[in-house]
Amino acid sequence: MPSLKDLKIRINSVKSTQKITSAMKMVAAAKLRRAQEGAEAARPYALRMEGMVGAIGASIGDPEGAPRMLAGTGQDKVHLLVACTADRGLCGGFNGSIVRDVRNLARQLKGGGKTVKILCVGRKARDLLKRDFQSDIVDTVEGIGKKGIEYDEAAGVAATITDMFDAGEFDVCTIVFNRFKSAMTQVVTRQQLIPFQLPEADDEAEKPEGPSAIYIYEPEEEEILADLLPRNMAVQVFQALLESAASEHGARMTAMDSATRNAGDMIDNLTLTYNRTRQAFITKELIEIISGAEAL
Amino acid sequence: MADTIQFELVSPQEQVASEAVEMVVIPGGEGDLGVLPGHSLLIGTVRPGVIAMHAGGKVTSEIFVAGGFVEINPEACTVLAEEAIPVGALDKSAAASRLDAAQRALGEAGEDARAQASAEAEIKIAEAMVAAAA
Repeated sequence: MPSLKDLKIRINSVKSTQKITSAMKMVAAAKLRRAQEGAEAARPYALRMEGMVGAIGASIGDPEGAPRMLAGTGQDKVHLLVACTADRGLCGGFNGSIVRDVRNLARQLKGGGKTVKILCVGRKARDLLKRDFQSDIVDTVEGIGKKGIEYDEAAGVAATITDMFDAGEFDVCTIVFNRFKSAMTQVVTRQQLIPFQLPEADDEAEKPEGPSAIYIYEPEEEEILADLLPRNMAVQVFQALLESAASEHGARMTAMDSATRNAGDMIDNLTLTYNRTRQAFITKELIEIISGAEAL
Repeated sequence: MADTIQFELVSPQEQVASEAVEMVVIPGGEGDLGVLPGHSLLIGTVRPGVIAMHAGGKVTSEIFVAGGFVEINPEACTVLAEEAIPVGALDKSAAASRLDAAQRALGEAGEDARAQASAEAEIKIAEAMVAAAA
């Protein structure tokens, strides 16, 4: 039976934990709103960029002449997986689900006789993956999105990937990130960055000109593509990071909300035990006094 | 034919401008483009420089862009730019120090072809910025 003092200490410690979790929840909620706004503001650019790549890609009928970033290396041996996680934990299943998916994908690829390389974005990915894939992790990018995601940071990650591709270090690149659905739900998404997958032709159906519209290119298609593809890559990474950041804050908010609630339940239970113990103690003392008086 | 064309300027962070204009002059990769309503379909690159929007025969606003891409159809003209700053908000001394930094970066780039290329691109942007701010 814990003493009254022990219980009091316990209650106080849970109370201070609750203060921390509820503060974290509020911080996450505020950051979530900002992250969501950022993600929305970035959408028009990404959509238009995708449309442009689609239009040019469709006009280059011959995949032989297309740049390698669009057409691929023609091989499928070395896969680069980009795992987007947070730098910090305490956000429910956010990091865990990414890591689980990357692990599954890596095992599956290895089972198929492919080589796997992993680029970790966020400290947690490295921490959690290094036990199984120590030798496959090529690089880790940390400290992204301390003050909201900046386009430059995404461009930096994209440049790392592009450099590796140009150096012939991999054939296929897939980014794994949490797509933001709501504050409660994040969907783990795999997106292939290289070779870049053109948007489905059906998406263009609403355009009156259709995908076969003849554009004038200035300069030549190939030149524009050579310029456009690396930027498109940066935009895709930027989008993924924005989604991931919004998901992280959403996940943290939900996790901290339930932690705060659990702490509340715990405090209630402990207070009940505390009061019972106190009463039992008083009763015991009374009995002692009365029986002492009777004995006289 | 409509007498205005919808001009849109988007950067990765936000939609910078979206308005109907009579003409917009864009610094294209291979020369300036004056875009009027009913322009044929065109996709091209944009070099660092100033985009000028015209209405009523006068320049209504000018925006500096650090390069990007342009897509034109008869009704709309969309510019994708990585950086877009209204000319009025440009800071000449900041642009000059950016040019300095870029030139130093080129000096330090040495034999690294990629670093050289990015420093050269940065110099072009900074030079255009200085010229626009003047």
